[in-house]
Amino acid sequence: MAVHETLYEVMRQHGITRRSFLKFCSLTAAGLGMGPEFAGKLAHALETKPRTPVIWLHGLECTCCTESFIRSGNPLAGDVILSMISLDYDDTLMAAAGHQAEELLEQTIEKYDGQYVLACEGNPPLNEDGMYCIQGGIPYVEKLKHMADHCKAIVAWGSCASWGCVQAAKPNPTRAVPIHKVIRDKPIVKVPGCPPIAEVMTGVLTYMIAFDRLPPLDRQGRPLMFYSQRLHDKCYRRPHFDAGQFVERFDDEGARKGYCLYKVGCKGPTTYNACSTVEWNDGLSWPVKSGHGCIGCAENDFWDKGSFYSAVTTAGFSAGAEATADKVGGVLAGAAAIGVAAHAAASVVSHMTGKQSEESSNG
Amino acid sequence: MSSTTAASGPGTSSLKPVYVYEAPVRIWHWTHAISIIVLSITGYLIANPLPALHGEASNHFMMGYIRMIHFIAGYVFAIGFAVRIYWAFVGNRFSRELFIPPVWSREWRGHLMHKIKFNLFLTRKMEKTVAHNPLAQVAMWFFNVLVGLFMVVSGFALYGEGLGVGSWADRWFGWLIPMMGSSMEVKMWHTLGMWLLIVFAIIHIYMAVRSDIMGRESCVSTIIGGWRYWKDDQP
Ligand code: HEM
Ligand code: SF4
Ligand code: SF4
Repeated sequence: MAVHETLYEVMRQHGITRRSFLKFCSLTAAGLGMGPEFAGKLAHALETKPRTPVIWLHGLECTCCTESFIRSGNPLAGDVILSMISLDYDDTLMAAAGHQAEELLEQTIEKYDGQYVLACEGNPPLNEDGMYCIQGGIPYVEKLKHMADHCKAIVAWGSCASWGCVQAAKPNPTRAVPIHKVIRDKPIVKVPGCPPIAEVMTGVLTYMIAFDRLPPLDRQGRPLMFYSQRLHDKCYRRPHFDAGQFVERFDDEGARKGYCLYKVGCKGPTTYNACSTVEWNDGLSWPVKSGHGCIGCAENDFWDKGSFYSAVTTAGFSAGAEATADKVGGVLAGAAAIGVAAHAAASVVSHMTGKQSEESSNG
Repeated sequence: MSSTTAASGPGTSSLKPVYVYEAPVRIWHWTHAISIIVLSITGYLIANPLPALHGEASNHFMMGYIRMIHFIAGYVFAIGFAVRIYWAFVGNRFSRELFIPPVWSREWRGHLMHKIKFNLFLTRKMEKTVAHNPLAQVAMWFFNVLVGLFMVVSGFALYGEGLGVGSWADRWFGWLIPMMGSSMEVKMWHTLGMWLLIVFAIIHIYMAVRSDIMGRESCVSTIIGGWRYWKDDQP
């Protein structure tokens, strides 16, 4: 395999026609929120630049990111991207197995040192020297560090790799940590969600390998084109929120009329993701559209924020009794009121006894 | 009683009244109080909305108005705070007490201990204070300066989420959200901050009225008129 091979050549070898290739380019341009002229640029880049290999690693995870990815709403995008990434290493998707597969990793390092993109699904557990996730006889955390040493950039797929997700939820017995807690010297693009939306995944990956640079990121390392707004900012039920029309119970009139789900725990106002615009399953639907609030799966530690059916978090108070800020605050304010009343009563008593002693000393 | 001196006002003491709270400080005190009341009511209703309204969504803007009032009051609160900080630089010496309790002063610490003892009924001797008594000063510093500042920063961080990435509020205050974990945490602490301010308000009002009735100097009238009057002649 020559190093200067382009992605376009790879796609043609996989039986993708030029027509499909161009369609893919315009769809991806649209998906990334770019103008029509961007499609041509994308096609040009894929035709002329040497391809960037992608290594796809799996740590502690449920593999839902891969499941989402291979169901990319647009089959074309799926085919194209799969033909690009299956070339190198993805232990779930590739044909090779065992030693043969592990050898591929070393070959990639030899051939493409410092040039490949490392896509990480799942995360490394650190307790017991990482032995809660062993691959090919070594802890996953070591494999991850080894591959990261030689990569150009990292894509952290899903909430596991980005934040920690369910395996890192309290009390986190295996001490699973997101990628950025282990790898500190490489650029990391976070693509959170449990799983992330397929079109978001293919869009981010295509951008990175076609243009050989990171997409614009927010403070926390998420691509702005998909994570710069909350679901709430683009939710089609937002007019009901602004009007003050809420579902109070899942079987009430408001639920039938499609009112806002804020009061039954929708996390749309605090969740950054593209669900309310890109939607799921080829734009078929997304949770709010089907009548259920967002559970905030793309947010940091969403498992530890209390009930999925309450919009207020219990985080920070969950050590013992579960309590919300309103409960804690109500108790504090009540205590202050009682304290003040008691102090006032004591003041009166003290004042009166003070007077008496003054009088008795005077007299 | 020397009611002949014009400035001695309603006091029953011959000691000279002191001009403590200058007009900007008094105006700030009351806009601050009103904005906290408005922010607390609207904030509570944002977290716990009123029962659903029925009919067409286009006929109502209930939540929208509640949020709008919250944001306007938020601006009043924040700008008032900024002006008050400015006044601490240019105002009289009392205007700085809110921001810098002189913890380095042995005398001040002595007064603080005395005030704590007094409020715990461990001593009956009342000391006179010209501006804030030391205990009130510490409480003010924590609740007004620290919590107030946090409410401004967290409030505008949340406001920046609505204005969008790259907006001025996001650029200036948005860093708070990743620092605290996520916007849910920011909302939780923003709400908790509200309750701390409510706790402060309860105690603050009680203490002010109490020292007006039982103290040796004027209190409530001072924040209205600015002058501190004395009720007796002893030091
Ligand atoms: C005394 C000061 C303040 C109090 C007591 C207060 C109270 C509250 C409360 C209780 C909430 C609801 C939080 C939740 O949904 O869990 C809230 C939300 C909010 N506050 Fe404040 N707040 C204060 C100051 C400010 C300031 C200065 C701003 C700046 C503009 C601000 C902006 C916001 C925003 C943007 C929200 C979120 C609204 C939404 O989710 O739709 N707040 N506030
Ligand atoms: S359903 Fe959720 S995301 Fe939609 S407007 Fe209501 S709170 Fe926001
Ligand atoms: S709607 Fe919320 S919980 Fe559902 S996938 Fe989107 S971000 Fe995750």
